[in-house]
Amino acid sequence: MKRRSVSRNSNIRTAALGAAVCAVVLSSAACGSGFDDKGAQQAPQSSGPAQLQILIGSSGDAETAAVKDAAAKWASANGATATVTPAQDLAQQLGQAFAGSSPPDVFYVDASRFADYASVGALEPYGDKISNPDDFYPSLRTAFTHDGTFYCAPKDFSTLALVINQDLWAKAKLTDADVPTTWDQLTAVSKKLKAADVTPITIGDTRDRVGAFMVEAGGWITSPDGKQATADSPENLAALDYVQSLLKDKLAQYPKALDSGWGGEAFGKGKAAMTIEGNWIKGALQADFPDVKYTVHELPAGPKGKGTLSFTNCWGISSKSKYKQQAISFVEAMTKADQQMAFAQAFGVMPSRQSAKDAYVKEFPNDAPFVNGVDYAQGPVNAPKMDSVLADFDSGIQQLSSTAPKTLLERVQKNTQAALG
Amino acid sequence: MAGTTVHARRGRFRGSTAMRDNLAGWLFVAPVVIILGLFMLLPILMALWVSLTDWNGQGSPFRSGVPFVGTGNYTRLFTEDGLARQDFMTSIRNNIYYVAIVVPAQTVLALGLAVIVNSRMLKGKTFFRAAFFFPSVTSSVAISVVFLFIFANSGAVTSLLGVFGIDGPDWFSDSRGILHLLLGAVGLVDPSAPPSALTSGGPFGLSWWEWLSGPSVAMTTIIMLVVWTTSGTFMLMFLAALQDIPVTLEEASMLDGAGRWQRFRYVTLPMLKPTLFLVLTLGLISTWQVFDQIYVMSQGNPSKTTLTPAFLSYQTAFRSFEYGSGTAISFVLFMIIVVMTLIQRWIMRERNGGSRPRRHAHAPAHASARASARTGRS
Repeated sequence: MKRRSVSRNSNIRTAALGAAVCAVVLSSAACGSGFDDKGAQQAPQSSGPAQLQILIGSSGDAETAAVKDAAAKWASANGATATVTPAQDLAQQLGQAFAGSSPPDVFYVDASRFADYASVGALEPYGDKISNPDDFYPSLRTAFTHDGTFYCAPKDFSTLALVINQDLWAKAKLTDADVPTTWDQLTAVSKKLKAADVTPITIGDTRDRVGAFMVEAGGWITSPDGKQATADSPENLAALDYVQSLLKDKLAQYPKALDSGWGGEAFGKGKAAMTIEGNWIKGALQADFPDVKYTVHELPAGPKGKGTLSFTNCWGISSKSKYKQQAISFVEAMTKADQQMAFAQAFGVMPSRQSAKDAYVKEFPNDAPFVNGVDYAQGPVNAPKMDSVLADFDSGIQQLSSTAPKTLLERVQKNTQAALG
Repeated sequence: MAGTTVHARRGRFRGSTAMRDNLAGWLFVAPVVIILGLFMLLPILMALWVSLTDWNGQGSPFRSGVPFVGTGNYTRLFTEDGLARQDFMTSIRNNIYYVAIVVPAQTVLALGLAVIVNSRMLKGKTFFRAAFFFPSVTSSVAISVVFLFIFANSGAVTSLLGVFGIDGPDWFSDSRGILHLLLGAVGLVDPSAPPSALTSGGPFGLSWWEWLSGPSVAMTTIIMLVVWTTSGTFMLMFLAALQDIPVTLEEASMLDGAGRWQRFRYVTLPMLKPTLFLVLTLGLISTWQVFDQIYVMSQGNPSKTTLTPAFLSYQTAFRSFEYGSGTAISFVLFMIIVVMTLIQRWIMRERNGGSRPRRHAHAPAHASARASARTGRS
């Protein structure tokens, strides 16, 4: 009798507990707001004094300070408030913000993630509402065009160039005339450097560096419209074969083999005479390795001519923002030519407007190779859902000295076709 | 119940003592239950829902427009030939080798250290106990960063190997598998040109050659780190269990003529079975969930040889914004851990036939050991 009542009690208790848990779970599923699918409708616009939230992926204190100053100037001129927040991890914070349906009004969008955001409707296409959109470099406009619509204004850009260490160059008895302008000259110069017991060149083990060779050979991972996979092409094969030959002959080394996190660090430590990096290397060398004397040159041309990679961010405006008009006015102020020059002076980025080019080259003549690169630069892959495919490509490039390039390109082709659908 | 009549006669109190104790117990536990339920159970159930959808990260996953794909995310991990399955199987392969090496190594090391520290003839036990336990209390991130420096190409380990004339590998950029290297060293297979029988065909999208790669050199450094770090915690558990073994038992076995090894194998080890089960279970669970070290040290590189399911789940969800796939991976990992724990429990249950260790009558040395065991434990 005792046992039965005890077990019945415990059964009842278990059932009650289970029912309570289910009730809590189901009722909590109803918690939260914004359940109606307002995707198709426009977010309600609010006129009047704007309170803009701006999320930036800052490269350091200089950039944060510069953007905050510019935002304060705009805010006081327009009777609004603009709060600039530097993000710890921009991609993750944006991901959280989008899931929470209250994202910041304005935020940086990296060109490599642009297609992901645009394809899910997180961005407001305002490219036609900015003044003088043709003033932006064409390759940068293409990087931020999705389905034929120019979505957001590029804020600046960087390209890759060849950085040469003057001292190590002289050690191998090379002069300015020896600066390579073709692949063959690059190989010849590297052999001379190797003979002088210097690691000739260090290249990052990622598509964001090795990809420059692919562009120089006339190939790329996707077609220009971003709809077809072109990874498995003879041009790309020629490029990867060339890089593999450099690696196998130890004419080129990856930074990890030189105990460095990236090419700039290996270069700054004097472990390599040349590196292929973007204009961010200036700030890094000035901060960490101020004694290194270096010059910058355009990348050597490949079989199809000159080629380099460009990296850029744009000012994205959220499609769920309540202050779209004011946000566009903010971006307008940020992308004016003289404002872009102010940013260039503050933290060393290059203006994205062609009208600012002359002022920039006058002020920073050494950066001419970086600026000139934008004419023949290839932007990041502009297609959604390519992140894991490109990460897989990177892992293949890390093993390039021991893998057959054809196998790697076939794998990338297969994965890209699957991702592009 | 007999008790209730007694309690009912008390009358003045609103409920019986048992009921009040019950209520008090629930009140004490309530805060933690609420917190755990709200911040652990609820998100897990929400993640289960997300794993059944193709949510793209915009807005709430519980709103009406979110596409429902059912078990599509799960089948893509196992049956569809594509990058998702390849990545997932690579991570499983890496983690299997990791578990197969770390769990035995840390258990044996922990047991060995515990036996040493427990030895009556050791001076300065407290110091050694603290020294061996110290790595466990240090932040795993801090240790990972230190190991990054130690195993760098110009770091301490390479210099030490250089003293002996050995040209060490590029630890963190070396993606060659240990098994491949061993097979090549023995001469069975040429790692740079494996036979086509091994490179073509193989389960789940990876070739047999890829399955048989063993941990990579980069993974080996992480294995060394983890064995060193976690053996301290398990050493403490073994130490506590060793100190629970009555000294009279060991003395009795010594009187019966049992040597040190026999004593260890037939007296000490059986009494450590419950602790051994605990250490193995905890080891299995934590090795299948390894994330911190991967995130800090290698992020899955070189060439995905340090990719593990936990890290892949994070990467897929938060870097590639494929939340459905990422949560599916984490639930498959959960099932793997549950199944392994159940298997292990079944294996150890089978041998013991209960939670109490039984004495096996193998050698006459135990006859009196058994007698004193019974008296010692009663």
